[in-house]
Amino acid sequence: MQSLASYTPAFLKELYRKMVLIRRFEERAAELRSLGYIPGFLHPYIGQEAVAVGACAALGPHDYITSTHRGHGHILARGGDPRYMYAELFARRDGYNRAKGGSLHIANIELGIIGANGIVGGGIPIAVGAGLALKQARQIAVHHPDDPRARRADGVAVTFFGDGASNQGAFHESLNLAALWRLPVIFICENNLYGEFTPQHKHQTIRDIATRASSYAVPGLIADGNDVLDVYRVVSKAAEEARKGRGPTLVECKTYRHRGHYEGDMGQYRPAEEVAFWLEADPIKNYRRLLLAGAICTEEELQALDEAVEQELEEAVAFAKASPHPAPEEALEDVFVESYGGRALL
Amino acid sequence: MTATSRAEKERRLTYAQAIREALAEEMERDPSLLLLGEDIGEPGGVFGVTQGLLQRFGEERVLDTPISEEAVIGAALGAALLGVPTVAEIMFSDFATLAMDQIVNQAAKFRYMTGGRTSAPLVIRMVTGTAGATAAQHSQSLEAWFTATPGLKVVTASTPADAKGLLKSAIRDPDPVLFFEHKLLYNSRGAVPADDYCIPLGEGRVAREGSDVTLVAYLYMLPRALKAAEMLAREGISVEVWDPRTLVPFDRDGLRRSLEKTGRLVIAQEAPRRNGFCAEIAAIAAEEFFPLLKAPIKRVCGTNTPMPYAPELEQFVIPDEERIAAGVREVLYNAVRAAPGG
Ligand SMILES: Cc1ncc(C[n+]2csc(CCOP(=O)(O)OP(=O)(O)O)c2C)c(N)n1
Ligand SMILES: [Mg+2]
Repeated sequence: MQSLASYTPAFLKELYRKMVLIRRFEERAAELRSLGYIPGFLHPYIGQEAVAVGACAALGPHDYITSTHRGHGHILARGGDPRYMYAELFARRDGYNRAKGGSLHIANIELGIIGANGIVGGGIPIAVGAGLALKQARQIAVHHPDDPRARRADGVAVTFFGDGASNQGAFHESLNLAALWRLPVIFICENNLYGEFTPQHKHQTIRDIATRASSYAVPGLIADGNDVLDVYRVVSKAAEEARKGRGPTLVECKTYRHRGHYEGDMGQYRPAEEVAFWLEADPIKNYRRLLLAGAICTEEELQALDEAVEQELEEAVAFAKASPHPAPEEALEDVFVESYGGRALL
Repeated sequence: MTATSRAEKERRLTYAQAIREALAEEMERDPSLLLLGEDIGEPGGVFGVTQGLLQRFGEERVLDTPISEEAVIGAALGAALLGVPTVAEIMFSDFATLAMDQIVNQAAKFRYMTGGRTSAPLVIRMVTGTAGATAAQHSQSLEAWFTATPGLKVVTASTPADAKGLLKSAIRDPDPVLFFEHKLLYNSRGAVPADDYCIPLGEGRVAREGSDVTLVAYLYMLPRALKAAEMLAREGISVEVWDPRTLVPFDRDGLRRSLEKTGRLVIAQEAPRRNGFCAEIAAIAAEEFFPLLKAPIKRVCGTNTPMPYAPELEQFVIPDEERIAAGVREVLYNAVRAAPGG
């Protein structure tokens, strides 16, 4: 745990609020799914909140992220609105993707969210492309400072992925490419010790995925993925390097998911002691204690933050419930851009 | 000789030159356009298509990549999603198999999955077909796979003029476009207008007028179909050769107009017969234009085999002008002739 002195209370409280927002968003989503509101998959982010929140706290308005199947945390941390997220999960018209994507595909480029992804490792090469566009923006800024794209000249692209994804060719190809072209890309591996039902030691021979950085001559850093300030510190360092044009960093965040792989998986393949250990290391519980011990806020203030989150989510759920279902023929729209009527073509 | 025809004569370019010219003009027009691909920089590409572009536009825009098809197509997509148009080259379309996730699961569906809130102005140039003894992993004609994936536009350019005009449209198009270039066409020459022209996607072209049979052909089957038509003309058969130019979107009206004239349909295709795009064309004609048809439809295709190495085997596999002509005669005279393969 870090010293709190170097941060403003407002910043520290916002980290707390965001983590609670994610946790409660996910708990409610699970409940809403069991009530039949959500037709599709859910991969809860519960337990890993410190990674998304710490990493996104290091990002600015011109930065981009790619996310994963376990994406709600990243999207909320990056500024996603729970109303449009629930509406998407409910498959309603007001969803971020107008009910065409669901949990695995929530995206909003304006917010810098290039998308969750249903393919393990699928977002990693796309983040490299975002890095390429950001590198180009640096040149635009030099030669055409008035071009609107010059604004993102300080941008970085962050790609989140799991320990399981670190065995995909896409990860290796992308890290090599980003290293070679010195692109402003931060590779954040959330090592939660499992790829689906398979423990890490049965899917790779290493423990520290950060060591894979050495194959590409880029820095490989390890953060305590259950400590939001440690994640913030490490990702800030990587972002600073990237913004200075020094290329990518691989950041491994050691963490754990509290629940099964997806909603409905009981996670019984995990030893009880292991689960108990990590529940004790709960990122929110520990951070809450830290804030109280450091006299950053009082119990009452934290409760007020918790209640504000409940209120926001309550309203978000109501918004989603009130949102209309799509008309069946909308299935034909959005295949292509409007110049072709946007509709399905032969 | 008039001034214009002289100018046109001077403007006889190869298919490779026409593609290069389209790339250069579009890079000039849009200074953010990027090219990515293996060996496209200094070496100018395996088929020389990008020669000189690195020198002209610099290494920030002509990006020679490692041999990483998946990351390269993903990078082209990611940049495109941020509004930077990209043209990626797949050196042999066979290698697109290594990038299938990015092409099929990501690029094709991004706009749809996001409810129409994103656009990916990305072109993937696919070097396709056999070049003669290039065997099973460097010769495939995989265009039909991609036509079966909604969200991708599929272009098959068969002449230098079409290659230039279609590639320029593909680059300006806001959706992902797969642009198939046939290896054996790179050195073919043809008149290419000097002005800045685009050929809209979704408009076929009558390559030769005729009245007895419509012969549909694209990529390297087009010159073979034209030769077959020439042979058949000497027998008194008038063949209309029609090139769809783009498979998605497909010019149904163009096909209908031709069938209204001829009432007979033969489709030539280099790819294996089974589930080739010829099957889709035949289905459209049977389903929508049946009243226009005076005879059964005939497909003249590659055999349902991988591409063999030996020249005589390869020749057996891919239709030549003789076999195409036989297909036309069969439709006209209803002569029964077994096609090789399946
Ligand atoms: C290419 C691909 N293979 C397999 C799957 C099925 N799948 C979904 S999530 C998952 C596990 C991913 O593990 P990891 O990358 O560690 O992420 P985590 O689930 O732990 O967050 C698997 C195998 C998939 N979606 N995509
Ligand atoms: Mg994992």
